[in-house]
This record gives sequence, structure tokens and C-alpha cells, in this order.
Amino acid sequence: MLASPASHLAQLDAVKTKAFKIIGIAHAEMAGEDGDTEALRQEAQSILREMGHNQGMTVVRTFAFMLSRIFKALFRHVRVNEEGVQRVQKVVQECPIVLLPSHRSYIDFLLMSFLCYSYDLPLPVIAAGMDFQGMRLVGEMLQASGAFYMRRSFSNNPFYWAVFSEYVQAIVRNGDAPLEFFLEGTRSRSNKSLSPKLGLLSIVMEPLLRAQVFDALLVPVSISYERILEENLYARELVGVPKPKESTSGLLKAHRILQNDYGSVFVYFHPPMSLKSFISGRLDITPFSMTPRHMALRLSDTLRVLVHHLAHSVVLRQQHGMVVTPWSLLTTLLLQAPSDHLFPTSCNSEGGVHLPDLLHDVRCLRTVITKIGAMQDWPDAQSHEAVVLSTLAMNSSLVTLTKEGRVLLNVDKVDRPKCRDDILNRACTVLTCAAYRNHILHLFVRPAFVAMAQRHAGSVEDGPTFSHFCFLVQLFSEEFIFEPGSERKDYEEGLSLLQRCSSLLYPLDSQHHPSTITTNFSVFLGQIFQPFCCSYQMVCNYLLTLEHGSMQKESQLLASLQEFALQQLLEGRSTELEILAINVYKNAVASLSRLGALRRERRKDGVWFLTTSQLHHVADAVASLKPPSQLPAKL
Amino acid sequence: MAAAPGNERSQERLQRIMGHLQGNAAPEGRRSSAVAQTIESSEQLKPSSASTIPKRRQEVLKWNGWGYIDSKFAINKQQQVEFLGKRYKLSGVVLPALREWMETTFGASLDHRSAPKSHLNPEYIPPPVQNAGFLLELKEMGIAHSLDAEDRLFRAHGHCLHEIFALRGGGKFERIPDLVVWPCCHEDVLKIVNLAVTHNVCIIPFGGGTSVSSALECPLEEKRCILSLDMTQMNQILWIDENNLTACIEAGIIGQDLERKLAERGFCTGHEPDSVEFSSLGGWVATRASGMKKNVYGNIEDLLVHLKVVTPRGVLEKSCQGPRLSTGPDVYHMVLGSEGTLGVITEVTLKIRPLPECQKYGSVVFPNFAQGVACLREMARQRCAPASVRLMDNAQFQFGHALKPQVSSIFTSFLDGLKKLYITKFKGFDPNNLCVATLLFEGDRETVLQQEMQVYKVAAKFGGLAAGEDNGQRGYMLTFVIAYLRDLGMDYYIIGESFETSIPWDRVLDLCRNVKGRLVQESRDHGVQFSPLATCSGKTT
Repeated sequence: MLASPASHLAQLDAVKTKAFKIIGIAHAEMAGEDGDTEALRQEAQSILREMGHNQGMTVVRTFAFMLSRIFKALFRHVRVNEEGVQRVQKVVQECPIVLLPSHRSYIDFLLMSFLCYSYDLPLPVIAAGMDFQGMRLVGEMLQASGAFYMRRSFSNNPFYWAVFSEYVQAIVRNGDAPLEFFLEGTRSRSNKSLSPKLGLLSIVMEPLLRAQVFDALLVPVSISYERILEENLYARELVGVPKPKESTSGLLKAHRILQNDYGSVFVYFHPPMSLKSFISGRLDITPFSMTPRHMALRLSDTLRVLVHHLAHSVVLRQQHGMVVTPWSLLTTLLLQAPSDHLFPTSCNSEGGVHLPDLLHDVRCLRTVITKIGAMQDWPDAQSHEAVVLSTLAMNSSLVTLTKEGRVLLNVDKVDRPKCRDDILNRACTVLTCAAYRNHILHLFVRPAFVAMAQRHAGSVEDGPTFSHFCFLVQLFSEEFIFEPGSERKDYEEGLSLLQRCSSLLYPLDSQHHPSTITTNFSVFLGQIFQPFCCSYQMVCNYLLTLEHGSMQKESQLLASLQEFALQQLLEGRSTELEILAINVYKNAVASLSRLGALRRERRKDGVWFLTTSQLHHVADAVASLKPPSQLPAKL
Repeated sequence: MAAAPGNERSQERLQRIMGHLQGNAAPEGRRSSAVAQTIESSEQLKPSSASTIPKRRQEVLKWNGWGYIDSKFAINKQQQVEFLGKRYKLSGVVLPALREWMETTFGASLDHRSAPKSHLNPEYIPPPVQNAGFLLELKEMGIAHSLDAEDRLFRAHGHCLHEIFALRGGGKFERIPDLVVWPCCHEDVLKIVNLAVTHNVCIIPFGGGTSVSSALECPLEEKRCILSLDMTQMNQILWIDENNLTACIEAGIIGQDLERKLAERGFCTGHEPDSVEFSSLGGWVATRASGMKKNVYGNIEDLLVHLKVVTPRGVLEKSCQGPRLSTGPDVYHMVLGSEGTLGVITEVTLKIRPLPECQKYGSVVFPNFAQGVACLREMARQRCAPASVRLMDNAQFQFGHALKPQVSSIFTSFLDGLKKLYITKFKGFDPNNLCVATLLFEGDRETVLQQEMQVYKVAAKFGGLAAGEDNGQRGYMLTFVIAYLRDLGMDYYIIGESFETSIPWDRVLDLCRNVKGRLVQESRDHGVQFSPLATCSGKTT
């Protein structure tokens, strides 16, 4: 495979020619203007030039050499499930492969290409965002190592869409290089899986629906980082510092990060999912064989639902392959600690968690995680304490172990913060930590929602609990990934996990301060998700201050939400720093639109939101999500 | 439609179509008496049949495989494959390359034999469901019939893989016909069908028994007496109309007899399905058969002029010899492809043609299958396809190569070597990629020459090289011996089956790839040790 990039190129070139011929003709037919065919062909050609990759082995080898150096400098280990790679190696000659990695960092696709190169797999062709192309030299290098560029948004440009999809399908049909793209569409700043984007996936399905390929295999890949390179950048972005434009000098500045220790990376290749068997029985493909080949397919509703399902099940698999790191356990627990350590009431008040308590809680949490069945990275050779200590050391920019043996988040221990910058800085630290907690939230979301629903219903009775569970799933469906339509299954799963885990935990001997995880597991679970409840409530509160029927542009709405949140914090009406995270607003607004509290309108100058009469109703329901600690701690 | 005269006319038209369905234009009330009349006149004497297939088929044909008892592939003393018998051009010929090809392609071994049972297992034969009243009246009519286990079993199957597999294991079928009856003429069939209606007996018409659609299998849940109506004794050409170039033929005649008898008079039908040696005329109609040379002669539906079909409600036939009618739907099109479910086809009038003056084989080599497909597409576009053109993919080409007989002289082997050198080295064809189209030209000398030129010109546009008559002829031979080869394979744990379909041009390559992919996948999923050989060939329709 690697030996013949030239023939590969020639082949793709031929495909390109064919592609834009087809598109040109089809488009001309649609428009009914024969004269313009040539112009369209020209346009198609220029679009293809803009996005096309030109994989070349020299660049790839150089790149691979550099990358191996960089990875060695950055990471302690890159761990790969080799049996997963072998599974891919086995099928790569037979069927088109689509690699679907999770997306947490820029490093993701460099890592994927590097692994493919190292394991003698054909190098993937990667759908990358247009923004990389702007980077001088690097943009070209990425292109040469197999990236092709897509515009961020082209739903309103059907011609671009047509050319782009033909190009992608040509890669799939051609089949000798795996296609790689990120279902989540963009890097997840919050380290949670994002709701999958469906456009590219439906493009990929087309060759199969038209029987142009025998099958296509989707290979979900989970990439977990012990520490994410962009951790600070992300937090800054989330509190509203805009994303710096990708530039080569920016990358060079980033060389400082090379001196840091980013721990290990875990790459898990999932077993290939056959698209063909996914479709069989769920979709009647006769209409596709009845449509002439040159005509564009209309996506039926059934197909749309199917792609939606497929995308969600891929993301769920990605989550399933994520590795739980010691640091993610620690952050989960540290963020749980009484919030006064974020806002110590006075300078001398001792915040944080006692190390022995923390050690015990970590042990408990590990038991839970094991029960849930997640993959863990826990160096067994070392003692429990040593692992925790070294993890704390690795993240010394975020946490401190005081001389008195207390573990503290690195937020200035001054009086109640007065100025905005102070709060934003604190929020950055908290959000950086929260990202690592978010990394394992998918493990808890089902039992936690069951626990929250039980508390809300005030009973463990099935009926009311389940309906509230469904409400939670619906409300947070942008936030957490649930397979659509399987609420019942999720509920049962959550319920049984909740029951099994609660019985596992025990408090340490009496001399220690008992923490929630040991005393009341379901409260503990509720607390993990408290920041999200607070944010959604804050969004509702803000919307309620607006006049009925008033409208705001999306960007404006998000900005005012953040301003509102900041005011709340400054006035001391909230202590939850995570309500500053802008990505949650986006999800909340999307979710509220779906629930009918807002109406979304796409206009020429962007997306606008209007409040509706439903708002009060929905806001009441959201407000009822009380923090668990305010309720009697009994079940 | 509103006007009364128009209404009348349409009534009349409907009546006319109804008439086709009722056998003749007789109104409902008179039908039964008409049937009674024909019964009385059925005792006319007919010349004794000279069919290749006797009533006891097993005396001539294999009971657990394809074709004649005396013709088969076998391993001779030199451990080489030889085709036994005297009937074919290939008979007595040693095929030195075949054994090695089998071994390398399938991992077969001569030591690893899966021989068929030599006799059918009597225990497998279910006792016949008797219908005493029917049998009694049948005997009174003096129509030949049999309750013999062998006769029944040998009409319980076609030639699907699973059917042959069951036969080789001793003949285990859950349900087989209970009675075999041999009618001698249309009137016999009428009588039998009427009797069956009276006594509630079901009928499965049986012609050549080469069905691959499972249409001869008896339904498991059928509790009534099943009668297999063996048509092979109805094999006479009733008349030939040389002016109109039509012939009326009894439906039980098998392909080779029909062509031979017509040839004696200087005619042919030109309908040549791969099973033409053993399949029957009625079977062709009932299965909507397609012939190899249909580019010139047309498929069975194009050849058909008139039909007589005995249904439980009377005889279905048009009341004219006109080749087509514009009034109403064509009732024959219901019968075409009906697999014997609507009635028994007894007599067929076909278009015939004078024997062609000239017949010439040819072949073209293409660098790859895709080019070959493109070339066939162009031939179809220009409507210049010869009587038959068949494109074989590389795997089938190599298969065909393995069937090359022992070369008689050093000179021929030297020539073969030169040809190979020319194509692979000089022309740069990859022997593992090239594919071959076999051609058959038919017509008068001038047309054939002209057509030949045009075809080779088109082929050249797609990188095709003329590759000689031999290759062409061997390609067609393959179609006749392929079923014999399956039996050889089954002796050594190799099974084979063929699938046929038709599709639009732009999906040909996708179809080939996907079907092969599916075969490979299913074999793997079912734990088959060796990967399957999947080859494809195509022709223009």
C-alpha cells in the first residue's frame, strides 16, 4: 500500500475528473442552463483544488520522523490495543474503512496517521477543518500527509455540498485508503463527547446504499489523554477568551509545551462495525437502486433517523473505549468537595480535602468504576498512595498538596473575589479540572439520572421515576450521549448500576471526615451533575428576565448569558464557577429550543432565538432540579 | 365509452379475451361438452416416439448428477482428469491442467474423496399418497403411469445444488410425487387434468427436469396425491409451415431433438439455452427461457406464436396464428414464466428460421473486466452484437484454460506459448487481470464477415485483441460441460452453483464485486476452510 502513492494519486485524479463531470452535468440539468456547464466545471475544479489532498510519501516519512520525536517528548506512553489494529489490518484489503476517532486534541489526527504508518496500515485520508489550511507550511504538510479540507459550514451552498460529497464518496469507493473524520465535528473543549454531526456520515453511507461498495466498515477509535495539550486553551475558550487563529508561529510558541509531562495516551481501536449489517432489516434500499446513478439521493426520513442512530451508537462506543485515568478520578472527587474551598469564607479557613480521606474516596470510586466495567489505567505495581501523589505532582499547575496534608485546587485563597478577572481566572482552573471529570461522566450519567429522578419523585416507584428520568435525558440530550429511543434500556441499566454500586461502598473508620461518596452514593452521583443543573437553571433565569417574545441573535445571547452568570457570581447568588462555561449555554439553548421554550430562526445574518409562551413551563421544570444536598439524605 | 355502440364493442372485445382464457370462443355453458367431445376423439394413433429420453429416464440419464450415464469426468490411471464417453467432442479427451487447477484453486486433493451413494436409499422414499378413485379411472383410460419409487424420486427435483446434494446422499426428500403419468397427446392431458380436478389430485408438469428454480420440489404441506405429469412422450413436430416459417410442436420435446428434427428439414429455432440438450420446449415457455443466440433469434417470448395450455378450468389458447394482437393484454405472457402453476403447456407454435449458411466462432482478449464490459456496452449501443457474445472474467478465463486438452504436437504447444508471450509481454496484458469475450457469428457469409469486422473494430477501441476461434469454441464448450464438472467437483468436496440476473449497464461491475464479496463473506461466516472461487460472465440482453 505504502509503496504506490503515485498510482493512488493518479487514481484519485481520475476520480476527481469523473466526479466533477458528473456534478457539472447534474447541476446543469438542474438549472436547465446548458451554457453554464463549463463554468460549473471550472468552479468544481477550483473547489476540488482547494480541498483535495495530495498524499506523498516523502513528506509522510519526514512527518512521521518528526512526530515520533514529538510524541516521545510529550508523552510517557502511547498505548494501543494491538488486537484492535490487527482486526483493522485483516479487513483493510477487503472493504472500505472509515476511521472515526474521538476528538479531544489537535494531536488526534497526527496520532492516528502516525499509528497507521507505524502499523503498516494504509494512511488515512482525513477530513479536516478549513482553518488548518491557513497555517503556512503546516497546512501544506498536512495536506501532503493526507488531509483534505472542508468548509465549516456549507449547508447553504448546494454546489459545494455536491462536489464535496462526490469527493468523499470517491475516496470511499476507491477504498484503498481509509477515510478518517471526526463525528463530533470539532474538538470537544469540555472533554465530553459532543453530539455527533450527521452530514459526513450520511455521505459515507451513500456508496453502500447505491451498492457501489460491498460493505463499508466503521472503526470507532477512542483516544484518551492523561493530560490534554490544550487544557488551558480550552478553559480560556470556554469562559469566552476567543480561540486563537491557527498559525505556524502559534505552533512554534507551543513548543514550550514540549517541556511538559503529558502522561500517557490510550488509543483503543474498536471492532469494525459493518454498515451493511447495520442497515439490513432497518432500511429498504430499493429506492436507491431505482434512482439513476447520476442523480443525487434524497435522504428519506427513515434514513435520517438511521444515520442519527448510527452516529450515536458510534459515539457511545467511543465512550466505551475511553480509559479512566487516576487524574479523572481525583478531579471528580476534588470538585465534589464542599464548595467553600473554592470560595473560602476567610483566609485562615482550611479548604480542600485531607489526603487520607481522598485516598479512601479514590479507592471507593475505583471500586465503582470497576463495577461499571470501564477500562482503567492504574499502575498496579505502585502503591495506591504513590499513584495519587505522582498524579497530583503531574498536575501541580492545578492542585497543591499543602504541608498540612490537604489537597487544594489552585485558586487564590483571598477573600471573596471582587473583580471579574479574578473570577474568570478561578473559573479557568475549575473548568480545566472539570474537563477531566467530564472525561468519565458518561459512566455515571445513567445511574445518576436514575438517582436524581428517584429523589425528584420522592420514591423508588417505577412510573414517576421513569418519567422524570426521561425528562432529564431529554433536557440533557445535547450534553450527554443517549441512544435515541432507548430510554427504557438506559433506565434499567442505570437502576441496576445504582443498586449494585450503592451496596459496595462503606465509610472509612470514624476518625475520618466522611465524604458523600461513602455515606450516600446517590447524593454523590447527583452532585457530580449539579454544575450542569445550575447552568441550565441560570440560562432559564436569564431568559425569564427577558420580555416575552423578545429575540436575540445567537452570539449576542451567549454573551449576555455569560455576563449574567458573572453578575450572579459577583453578587454571591451563585458559587458554581462552572456556570461560566459557554459551551453549556449552547447546549442549553439548543435543548430549550427543542423543548419549545425558545424558537430558533435562521436568518440571513445568522441564527436568532425568540422566547415563547412555553418558557415558563419549561423553566419551572428545570428549576425543580434541586441540588441533592438540600433534600433529605435518605432513600 | 359512454356511447352504446362503443360499449358494445368493448363488451365484444372482453368476450374475445375471455375466449382466449376458455380455450375457444365457446360460451361458458358449452365448455364441458366441448371437453367431452375432445375426449372422444383422443384415441387417434400417433407414430411411436423417438425421444432421446425414454419413460425410464434413469436408463439413459444419471439419477444423481448431470447428463448421460456414460458421460462424465473421471480421474484416469495417470491421475489426470479425462472426460469419458463418446457423445461429445470432448469425450475421451484428457485434460492435464484441470487436476492441478482444482488442487490449487480449491485446495482439493485426490485422496480426499466424497463419493456419492451408488443407489438410492429405499428407506428415504416416502410411501405414495394413493387416490384409489383417480387411479382406477386412469387405468380405465389406458394412460401410461407408474408408482415405482425410482420413477417418483427422479421427478421430485431439478438441478439446484441442494437437490443434487440430497440425491448423492441417497435421495432424501421430504415429499416426492406419488404418481408419474406419461400423456401421449394434448387430449391425454385434457383427460388427466379433468380427472385430477374431479378427484382432487395436484399436478406438477415435468419436462426435462433441469429446473434451477426449485419449481419441481413438492410442497411439504401438500397432503393430497401429487401427480408428476411427465411430458417427454409428447415430442412430435405436428406441422411445419414453410411459408410462414412457423412450426407447431408438442411441448415435451427436448431441445436437441427439436433442433435435430428441424435441421432434417433445413430449419432451426435458434433457441439455445445452456441446458438445450435436456430441457423441454414446454419448460422453456414455463420458465421464460433465454437463449444464448438471442441477439439474432430472440428469447422464447419473441419466438412464441401460439400456445395450448390445459388449465383446471379449460384450455387456454388464442384463436388465431397472428404473431401479435393489440387488443387487450397478452394472455400468453401470464403463462410465460408461470413455472407450470397455471396449467400444462401441451402444444407450442414457434417461429422457425432456415439453418444459417455460416457459423463462426471468435474471441477477444481485454486487458481487464471493466474494459470488456465497456466494450459489450458499446456493442449493444451500436446494435452490432453477434448472435452470441459472452464475457468471462479472469477467474473464468483461467478456469477455461484449465480445460485445455492435451496438446497433440510440440508445434501447437510452441504456438500457444508464442500467443501467450505476445499478449502478456508484447501487449502488456496482466495474465491475472485480462478477460475474454467469446463470440459466435451466424448468418449468411457476407453478413458474418461484415459483422466480424465491426465487432473487432469496436473491441479495439477498448483495448481488445482478437484471440482466435479456438478460444471462442472452448468458451462455448464450457457452458455444456460445466454441469458435468460440478459432479466431478462434488466427488472431491467441491460444490458449485450458478446465479443469473440482469441489470443496467452502469451497475455491472458493482454487482460482480458485491456478489463475490458476499460469497466470500458467507463462506467465512460459515467456517468454510478455503476461500470460494467466484467467477462471472455476462452477455448483452
